[in-house]
Amino acid sequence: MLRLEEVRKDYNHRGKVVRVLDRVTLEIGKGDYVSVVGPSGSGKSTLLLMLGGMLSPSDGQVLVDGESLYELAPDERAVRRRKTIGFVFQMFNLIPYLTALENVQVPLLLAGVDDVRQRETAVELLGRVGLSDRLDHKPSELSIGQQQRVALARMLANDPAVVLADEPTGNLDPETGHHVLEFLGDLHRHGRTVVMVTHDPEAAKRATRSLRLQDGAVIPA
Amino acid sequence: MRLGTIVRRELLERRTQVATSFLAILLGIAVIVSVKNITFYSEKAVSRELDALGANILILPKSVSVQDYYSADMQGAEFPEEYVTRLAMSDLEGLDNLSPKLSVPVEIQGKSFTLTGILPKQEFQAKAMWKGAGIFSRPQGCGVVAQVPGAADTPVTENLVRDRVIDTLGSSDALVGADVAGFLGIGAGAPLVLLGRTFSVVAVLPRTGTVDDSRIFAHLHTVQELAGKGPVLNAIEIVGCCSAISQGLVQKINRLLPEAEVVTITQIIDTQIKTNQTMRRLSTLFIVIIVVVGGVGIANYMFSNVFERRREIGTLMALGARSSFVMNVFLMKALVLGLAGGLGGYLLGTALAVTLGPRLAGIPVLPMPSLVAWAVGLSVVIALAGSYLPARRAARLDPFDTLQEV
Repeated sequence: MLRLEEVRKDYNHRGKVVRVLDRVTLEIGKGDYVSVVGPSGSGKSTLLLMLGGMLSPSDGQVLVDGESLYELAPDERAVRRRKTIGFVFQMFNLIPYLTALENVQVPLLLAGVDDVRQRETAVELLGRVGLSDRLDHKPSELSIGQQQRVALARMLANDPAVVLADEPTGNLDPETGHHVLEFLGDLHRHGRTVVMVTHDPEAAKRATRSLRLQDGAVIPA
Repeated sequence: MRLGTIVRRELLERRTQVATSFLAILLGIAVIVSVKNITFYSEKAVSRELDALGANILILPKSVSVQDYYSADMQGAEFPEEYVTRLAMSDLEGLDNLSPKLSVPVEIQGKSFTLTGILPKQEFQAKAMWKGAGIFSRPQGCGVVAQVPGAADTPVTENLVRDRVIDTLGSSDALVGADVAGFLGIGAGAPLVLLGRTFSVVAVLPRTGTVDDSRIFAHLHTVQELAGKGPVLNAIEIVGCCSAISQGLVQKINRLLPEAEVVTITQIIDTQIKTNQTMRRLSTLFIVIIVVVGGVGIANYMFSNVFERRREIGTLMALGARSSFVMNVFLMKALVLGLAGGLGGYLLGTALAVTLGPRLAGIPVLPMPSLVAWAVGLSVVIALAGSYLPARRAARLDPFDTLQEV
């Protein structure tokens, strides 16, 4: 499903080249639940964004279902991302001036879904995450946990086959974090491929496969 | 939800910044609208004043001296009446109120006066060969008294004085100047014998202070018959549109009638043209300033808006937004600002013009609905042009950079 072939990623930092990923080859099969751990700055988030078509490698290839993601034009990549990939961010990245309902409608709008179906789908998804009574609340009017649940509902709007979660519990209290991990586990059980970057060893254990990023290389945890 | 929802919500979220940009466009457009509005009515007022002076082009025989504009037709030289036909059948733009004249001296009770033959407008229109062509078949809109609010309509009896044309005039009708009427002690309805023919005075003309006060006007063909001169004229007076004159109307008439002398009240027309040009230049200057300042202001606001919304742009990209969608988010916002600023600017500018116009220019000013489309169009163009580069930058942002915490 997802494959990295000899991927290298360098950053230029004040004139110095910093190599974050060094000839990484990795395969993540359909329906896998993979956790990626490693120290800060080890390139976990870089790896995740690269899998999501948001960051091109300096060298090597990123393949999704056998298709080289970065050989596509940017707009084609955006369409591919919309159809296949769902992101869960540590900071939730909700649009602050839209209500919970509207935030969930955004991916549907981008997919060209009509108003009525957008609303129906968004109401149903927010119901699944227990926020039926918060449809018209803006993110600032919701608790942190509720915000992450809105983000999860939004991620599911286009029914992605791949879920890329970046520290999904990093900003949450233990109980809410537990619920989010349960939710990701459910997604995996329903056949989705989940890749989760985390600092939390307990969260990492929930995955079926755990990887460690160290010195630019990916090794089994 | 639609793209418009995102734009509307964002506009409401950042009200203070939006209000500042909106105000900048609003004030700019308001200034332009008010200047244009006042200029329009100022030009109308000047045009009306000029029109009230009467004919401003005179066609004379070549040999005639043109030192005295008002008595230039009384020097005895003649040209054929056919010149009128040539003018009426021409495709010259900006001609109005042709008035062919033949003047002969007459003596009444030992005092000399001038009998001037004129052709009533009715006879131009009655000539079948001139129908469907020539100046009376196409309304020019100039040379016609501009309707300025608050100004009284000109009485019908002043038509000859002002326009040099009268609609109808019988073969034995006469119009007498103020001096003639005063000397003879006659008024409307009185008989008047001239060159052996009895005329009926149909009206006494208002005093003009010119040689016209000593004239008696009668039908051109009657005067030609009494003078025994055949179809000839001493002069043709014309009300020419000032803008047409500035575009070479006199030269065009010269080419059409090479055997005649064409003169104009140059000073008066120059003054009017200079005034109009100054107002137009001022208006253009304002437009340039507003376009530059407004465009730069909008661009500045949009660049900072793009910077503030980097994370949001990155999120949209992560959710699968194409670059055109991101660009449209900003361009639609600019469109809304442009529409609102243009409409508001029109309303404010019109209010300023109507309120300040009479004080600044001494003329009554009315709202001009035709400026709505102009104001909104200009405003939208400024807003879109100013926002294009910021919007393009937003669409080309690196998604990774926009999500720095990731």
